[in-house]
Amino acid sequence: MNLRRKLLALAGVFAASTVVGGTALAADPLKIGLLEDISGDLALLGKPKLNGSQLAVEEINKAGGIMGRKIELIHLDPQGDNARYQEFARRLLNKDKVDVLIGGITSASREAVRPIVNRTKTPYFYTNQYEGGVCDASMVSIGAVPEQQFSTMIPYMVETFGKKVYVIAADYNFGQISAEWNRKIVKDLGGTVVGEEFIPLGVSQFAQTIQNIQKAKPDWILTINVGAAQDSFFEQAAAAKLNLPMGSSIKVMLGFEHKRFAPPALNKMHAVANWFEEIDTPEANDFKKRWRAKFPNETYINDMGYNAYTAIYMYKTMVEQAKSTKLENLRKVIAAGKACIDAPEGKICVDPKSQHTSHRMRLISVDEKHNVKVLKDYGVIQPYWLGEIGCDLTKKNDKKQYTPTDLPKKG
Amino acid sequence: MTIVEIFSVLYQFADVFAFLILSAAGLAIVFGMMGVINMAHGEFIMCGAYVTVALVHGGMPLPIAQLLGAVTAGIVGVIVEVLVVRRFYKRPLDSLLATWGLSLIVTQGMLILVGSSVRGIGTPPGSFMVGEYTFSVYRLILFAGAVGALALIYFVFMRTRFGTLARATMQNANMAQALGVRVGRVYALSFGLGAGLAGLCGALYAPTMTLIPTMGSTFIVESFVTVVVGGANVLLGTAPAGILLAAIRTTLNAWQGQIIGQIGMLVAVIIIIRLLPEGLSGFLTRRQR
Repeated sequence: MNLRRKLLALAGVFAASTVVGGTALAADPLKIGLLEDISGDLALLGKPKLNGSQLAVEEINKAGGIMGRKIELIHLDPQGDNARYQEFARRLLNKDKVDVLIGGITSASREAVRPIVNRTKTPYFYTNQYEGGVCDASMVSIGAVPEQQFSTMIPYMVETFGKKVYVIAADYNFGQISAEWNRKIVKDLGGTVVGEEFIPLGVSQFAQTIQNIQKAKPDWILTINVGAAQDSFFEQAAAAKLNLPMGSSIKVMLGFEHKRFAPPALNKMHAVANWFEEIDTPEANDFKKRWRAKFPNETYINDMGYNAYTAIYMYKTMVEQAKSTKLENLRKVIAAGKACIDAPEGKICVDPKSQHTSHRMRLISVDEKHNVKVLKDYGVIQPYWLGEIGCDLTKKNDKKQYTPTDLPKKG
Repeated sequence: MTIVEIFSVLYQFADVFAFLILSAAGLAIVFGMMGVINMAHGEFIMCGAYVTVALVHGGMPLPIAQLLGAVTAGIVGVIVEVLVVRRFYKRPLDSLLATWGLSLIVTQGMLILVGSSVRGIGTPPGSFMVGEYTFSVYRLILFAGAVGALALIYFVFMRTRFGTLARATMQNANMAQALGVRVGRVYALSFGLGAGLAGLCGALYAPTMTLIPTMGSTFIVESFVTVVVGGANVLLGTAPAGILLAAIRTTLNAWQGQIIGQIGMLVAVIIIIRLLPEGLSGFLTRRQR
């Protein structure tokens, strides 16, 4: 039974480029192109993204679609390969002529796709939390950014555990830029970064890193290691009794390491998130119930899957307000500050200047039995940083990614 | 250098050595001796890990589960040899394609059947302190496992009748067959032994790692690199290659971090293969003569 359903799911994947809606309609279906990894090393994170998108599409289609048009979801699986991301993005944009492109998992895949989107007039939704800074009129960012995650968590960690931090980060744009954010925030708080280690993707052995950390004697560790191989750090650090507090922008709510590793590997992990499955509000519980009804075997409803779900509702609202699917008309809705939805976390809006999304942020921590506890509720935090440094997409399209050490030129 | 630092360097060296040797031991037989470019090597590692984890979740003690994980991978290896690999001994490049296809089928099949990840089992507790550092006891067990795997290979190929027949078969299969050796069985068992050692690697590393269908790929680079540097003679090549590469990687890891450690090891491999095309074992045998 279970096997059969999985085989059917597989058949669905192979048929992904065929029509999903099917029934005869007065209007043409609205095409959503989706790029998410459901095989390869990031499959365990990408699968919930596909599930979230399918859930949203199913709900919207059942309720009559967008402006009377059914949604046709065209999903392709780039298998974690950035070259395939580009190839499939071209195919969706130029051949399938999708109305909107959604997806991408790593920041590397987003930066691979963005120039291709920029050559078209199609809107692109990136649904992951990320290292922030992309000022691009074609892109709407749905996930959380550093001013929502790092500017909240790092001060808490410094106050609670101490001023010395050690960073282990994946060696690509996400890890490097996140580490840059940490350096800036820790310095502003009068703390010191006692060590920084960038790990190549795919490395799974951390005995030397663990020893380096013990030598540097930090008060806490910032863990922004990425991917299944690098996650082995937690198990190996626990086995070596490293036992230090940890903070991260991607652990627990995104990678559900607390569900994948045997306790106490994730003990003392802290993260700030707009979504994690343990959120206990009526809206969130209702959402979880609908998800579990459709995907009963989901290990964890992670924030990527949640953001993928809300992204499609955000798109729906924008199209309905604009009464059009054209990027320029959607951007008028954003510029007017009307791109808002009632998401399971609460009301969220797309910020006119940066086209990033406001979120209700909560600080969570994991105990030795891997229970998740909410330590702090920050309320709704705006994605303010890009606007402050001078990105204003209502006036100028920079098409660039800024970082704390690479700011727009004044004037 | 204090005693503490010397110990920590030795510990790191043992850790890298164990990873290289355990990843490579099975491949040393399958690729080094038999000449099969086995792209599904990582999947035998994954098989050992998954069987171990499933048995531990079912309530079996870890060491027995690990043994059964290795044995299962070995049995699967024999089956794969009979069904697939056997047909490609005279076509090494086709064997590369066939085993690569097998690898893709297995990883994707596991993704569909078992899901994108499996809950971990946790490393057996136990740690000790030396100076300011704490170390996990289990990493020393991994080192012991690596030494044990080398001892097993030595014992099987140098001290048993099967080993003599296997070496004869690898050197000249036709002659061995003419002398009454059942060549097919020798190939199947050798491949099975290689797969079993790969399974042992997965079984031993299972408690310390993320369990996903593609986990074997994290071992693949190290395993091929160690075997290629070691050369055709497993007994003379793999262990020295492990020692040499571990020494290079440990030094660079400690000095400049993991990125330089990885780059440095691969650069060293390029230089070694350029200077010693037959690998370390070719160099060592030539000197003996």
